[in-house]
Amino acid sequence: MTTTIRTATARPVPRLRKSRGDGRLAAALLSPTLLVLGLVIAYPLVAAIRASLFQEGQGLDADGFVVEGERFAGLRNYTDAFSGTNASVFWNAFWNTTFFTVTTVSIEVLIGIAMAMVMNHALRGRAVVRAAILVPWAIPTAVSALLWRWVFDVNGVANALLGRQILWTADGWQAKLAVIVADTWKTAPFIGLLVLAGLQLIPRELYEAARVDGAGPWRQFRSITLPLVKPTLLIAVLFRILDALRMFDLPFVLIGGRKHEVETLAMLAYYEASNVRYGPAAAYATLLFAYVVIVAFAFVKLLGTDLIGEARARRRTARTTRMPAPARKATTA
Amino acid sequence: MTAADHPVPAPARRLRPTALLRPLGIAAIVFYCLAPFYWMVVSSFRRPTDQFQLSLLPHPWSGANFAAVFRPDVGFQRSLLNSLVVAGVTTALTLLVGTVAAYALARLEFRFKGAVAAVIIATSMFPGISLIIPLLKLFSDIGWINTYQAMVVPSMSFALPLAVWTLTAFFRQLPAELEQAAMVDGCTRGQAFRKVIIPIAAPGIFTTAIITFIAAWNEFIIALSMVNQKSMQTATVAISRFTGAYRFDQPYGTQMAAGVLVTVPLVIAVLVFQRRIIAGLTAGGVK
Repeated sequence: MTTTIRTATARPVPRLRKSRGDGRLAAALLSPTLLVLGLVIAYPLVAAIRASLFQEGQGLDADGFVVEGERFAGLRNYTDAFSGTNASVFWNAFWNTTFFTVTTVSIEVLIGIAMAMVMNHALRGRAVVRAAILVPWAIPTAVSALLWRWVFDVNGVANALLGRQILWTADGWQAKLAVIVADTWKTAPFIGLLVLAGLQLIPRELYEAARVDGAGPWRQFRSITLPLVKPTLLIAVLFRILDALRMFDLPFVLIGGRKHEVETLAMLAYYEASNVRYGPAAAYATLLFAYVVIVAFAFVKLLGTDLIGEARARRRTARTTRMPAPARKATTA
Repeated sequence: MTAADHPVPAPARRLRPTALLRPLGIAAIVFYCLAPFYWMVVSSFRRPTDQFQLSLLPHPWSGANFAAVFRPDVGFQRSLLNSLVVAGVTTALTLLVGTVAAYALARLEFRFKGAVAAVIIATSMFPGISLIIPLLKLFSDIGWINTYQAMVVPSMSFALPLAVWTLTAFFRQLPAELEQAAMVDGCTRGQAFRKVIIPIAAPGIFTTAIITFIAAWNEFIIALSMVNQKSMQTATVAISRFTGAYRFDQPYGTQMAAGVLVTVPLVIAVLVFQRRIIAGLTAGGVK
């Protein structure tokens, strides 16, 4: 197995011969996508950075939109966020965002791995679990937030089960906990799903060999399961982290806007924008964007040695080993 | 539960305690995933006066919450229609644009291919709020607030990278000999794509369509920001805005009923197409 991987990655399959027209065709096929992404990503990014350097005047028109009162403010919006008038609001949102990301992703990874291990060995009931695990994923976040708001109501089922009268959705530590529970419920199964797919690529013989050598379950998990599932897990974790950093709908609907304990950077930026303070709003959004970029970069540098390349190499191997089988031709889809 | 039920090799005898734990684990996962959803469904069928009942089944069953959702002044039908239009158009446009891009990434060799692929995947990590603020300004300048296009266009920012990524994985799985054969038989590459690849890739394209549609249907922050008229709200926004008879009164029954109406079609689709959806979700990250 390992030798085929080596040779395959070293020399990719001879594919359709490179022709002169390929580059032009690729440009034609990719340009609509790049055009759309330029319009909805690149333009707003540049415009947001520009807007973050301006501050609005006081004048509003009849529709509630700002009239031409914009003036250049340089880095004022940023210095205000870090140490100026808005510093406490900004840092609170920053730490809330970081706290939610760290706690939810860690819990989700633990639960997700546990779920995947159970499902991987399941002989019966597999279809039921597979269906059940997709339900939290398919429910819109806004609806799941309402659903948990209902569970966490003062007279709701959570308090009934605990025998307490906790004001979950009031602004306090309980609110943080409610958000963590709701987010974990929605996304842990998704991590479980991805890890399961990774587990199923591990050949059974490895475990048999380890058992013959006298390795216990914990040793097998640490020496076989974890290293082999690592590339899949890292991609899942990276995507979850970046998703958690921009958390908005869940705390917004579950607890509400402008709540000190659960306000995230995205919620703060939204609040400023909805009050037509586009300058500070754009500055918060830009800082959030920078945060996302830094985290993604650090993650890839520290943990995954070229995550995408690794995934591509694995995919390539899968194709090489599959291609000689002519029977597969029609069925792989 | 005898050993005969599971024809396992000899060393498995020692694993017996874990074999007993497995069904429990399975039950725990199913309970974890479904219990809150079950509570939403059950609560939606209680009478508004029984809303805080804690029985496992409604007693008596009532359709009053569903009737309340469909009261004309709530306007929920219109919200469902808005969601359908926004998610449907987003999905159609995304597939139209994304399929050809995914084909190029999966099959053609060209310079900067890695860079283009990286840029497309990177855009899916973009925080929605960062693009909403400038687009909100732009759309209010050109009079797009409270229009479908103001929701469809920004939605493509997450739908398109997702679709291109999934479709590329699907196209890569198709054997290249198929197009080669078609091209030997005299097709141009474009014809080979239309007549050979698209029909074979149809299941993958369909899967991508489901995943894209679900993502677009679940979208919240764009629809919340770009619309301030009730008649243009999508279902996810409308539900979060339901108000009760009194201030501070949470109309949970109505919200749960509306939640059931919004999720049940998705849950049914997920149950019917679960194999495909899982293949699609794991295709990009794992294979």
